[in-house]
Amino acid sequence: MPVNIKELSKKEDRLTGGHRLCAGCGASIAVRQILLAIDKPVVVANATGCLEVATTIYPYTAWKTPWIHSAFENAASTISGVEAAYQSLKRQGKITEDIAFIAFGGDGGTYDIGFQALSGAMERNHRILYICYDNEAYMNTGIQRSSATPPGAWTTTSPVGRVRPGKRGRKKDIVASVAEQGAVYVAQASISNFRDLIEKVRKAVSMDGATFINVLSPCPRGWRTDTSETVNIARLAVETCYWPLYEVENGKWKINYIPRQKLPITEYLKPQGRFAHLFRPENAQLLEEIQKEVDAKWELLQKKAQLLQ
Amino acid sequence: MKTKNLLALEGNQAIALAMKQIDPDVVAAYPITPQTEIVQVFSEYVANGDVHTEFVTVESEHSALSACIGASAAGARTMTATSSQGLALMWEMLYIASGARLPIVMTVVNRALSSPINIHCDHSDAMGARDSGWIQLWSETAQEAYDNVIQAIKIAESVNLPVMVNMDGFITSHAEEVIEPLDDEEVKNFIGEYKPLRSLLDIEHPFTVGPLALQDSYFEFKRSQAEAYKKVIPVVKSVAEEFAKITGRKYDLFETYKLEDAEIGLVVLNSTAGTAKEVVDTLRREGKKVGLLKPRLFRPLPVEELKAVLSRLKVIGVMDRADTFGGFGGPLFTDIRSALYDLSNRPIVTDYIYGLGGRDVTMEQIHKVFESLELIYSSGKVENLISYVGVRE
Repeated sequence: MPVNIKELSKKEDRLTGGHRLCAGCGASIAVRQILLAIDKPVVVANATGCLEVATTIYPYTAWKTPWIHSAFENAASTISGVEAAYQSLKRQGKITEDIAFIAFGGDGGTYDIGFQALSGAMERNHRILYICYDNEAYMNTGIQRSSATPPGAWTTTSPVGRVRPGKRGRKKDIVASVAEQGAVYVAQASISNFRDLIEKVRKAVSMDGATFINVLSPCPRGWRTDTSETVNIARLAVETCYWPLYEVENGKWKINYIPRQKLPITEYLKPQGRFAHLFRPENAQLLEEIQKEVDAKWELLQKKAQLLQ
Repeated sequence: MKTKNLLALEGNQAIALAMKQIDPDVVAAYPITPQTEIVQVFSEYVANGDVHTEFVTVESEHSALSACIGASAAGARTMTATSSQGLALMWEMLYIASGARLPIVMTVVNRALSSPINIHCDHSDAMGARDSGWIQLWSETAQEAYDNVIQAIKIAESVNLPVMVNMDGFITSHAEEVIEPLDDEEVKNFIGEYKPLRSLLDIEHPFTVGPLALQDSYFEFKRSQAEAYKKVIPVVKSVAEEFAKITGRKYDLFETYKLEDAEIGLVVLNSTAGTAKEVVDTLRREGKKVGLLKPRLFRPLPVEELKAVLSRLKVIGVMDRADTFGGFGGPLFTDIRSALYDLSNRPIVTDYIYGLGGRDVTMEQIHKVFESLELIYSSGKVENLISYVGVRE
């Protein structure tokens, strides 16, 4: 079913205004798009993080859905329990509705501290959709590096110093990790390409099993970008093939969008304060390495999708 | 009259049987020695369709309790079981379960905590969780553990608080005992259908579990939680009375043994109480006025009830199967001693830490404890307020 903006615009937001997320926060844009995409009732589990603390400050909530937060590392286990209750009560005839079960976690709660719980939930194949809103650092505690932080990025625990130019190490490929362990549907999406995101969410919630979507959700505070540029930055990530849009359905890899002209990675890095130091002459080689890494990963993805031999 | 249905079961099998008869909507659990058999036997019930339960075979105890929290918030009758390191790994979630007022029931097969690693019985696991807001019931035998698990469902759901049922690892969990179970129908009628106050699956009435409560509201949440424990004691008593009506087995907040006219008393949890009763009998035959108190409800601590019974004694020895490193004696000792502080004629209370890591506790050792208490009784002097029993020094 094609995404009809007119129809979507008539739907009620399930994450309402009045929450305390920052202006230009990518996470809230992601959540609103995702919840708009789903027609059936939704129960949400939220990992500790920006999204959680800023949307449910007692006695208020911005959520129009049933919602649970228990801890940081366990949104996947918590939603597993909710879904298990649903399966049990449905089997006993005590509930009849068709409900979608969605977990939201940031990259900290997903790539790092929640990785084990995520893996367990995917392996058990609960009928859930786990969304990672990836803003590439621990933003809630004040911009500390995570395993989603890209190499070279400044964060408060990978500062740019006299001997170290930002984050060392690599960015964990979480989509491949989850896909390779056999989840029925895994995808990467971006708030800049909302049709693609909405289609992926619809596909995921129609699946009879555990699904995972990683959504690029820029953070103006942590990325040192203008709050009005959030969506543009996310688009540049896609157009440079830093953040390709793709999906893995029952082991089959498919690229959903190929830029007409792949932009150099510097186009994506330049507007972001967290990468400013990379443009100093002494870091020219780092920039080259980053471009090489993007190219290599893009090539590998095309091979996985059988677009390249 | 109905003929008694007697079964020879190990403690873990008795717990699994209780869980089968309760037929919870959701069980999420992770195996750990010495609890493992509960999970294994229950898996067979699931595999054979003997229960309606959705059994979530999680990848850790942290996820076990996290899934239980999700399930319970979704209105499911929810159970789990663990031991030792498993309970330690759950620690974060223990507080969240009680703070969210979720009536989850968990059997804890008591085992020592690492390090060094040890798989045998002591009470350091559950004692480490004593302030976590879980109601704690303790069990001397497999029969008591079975009976406690069934009563725990009713207690938990009456007060919207989670309940932990403790029984000794290996000593009770792996020893075969003759059990008199209830009929399936009796269990079903006793616990009744679970009607949750709220459910995440009630999509017409969305609600929020686990919000952010800051300086202006967190304290009120915790204060109202503290109030909830006041209701537990009468509920535990009334559930026990109801249980006695169908089984004839009488339970209370604690059990007293030959304590009425005693001057020297022992306070001891779980299976060691059985051994200690034998020693009490021997000493009674020698004409000594000794007795025993075995707590059943340890959290909330029934302070007034304990005071009423223990105030008659002159000397009390508390036996602790856990230590509080750097603290002031074992956890049972500090609680009992503190509870008696306001009495004008308070008994002398001393502590005997014993049996750590499954160290065997013998009748001879308990005899020695009584000898030491008798010496305190006759001399009025305490040489060692806190001592260790059965250890090479």
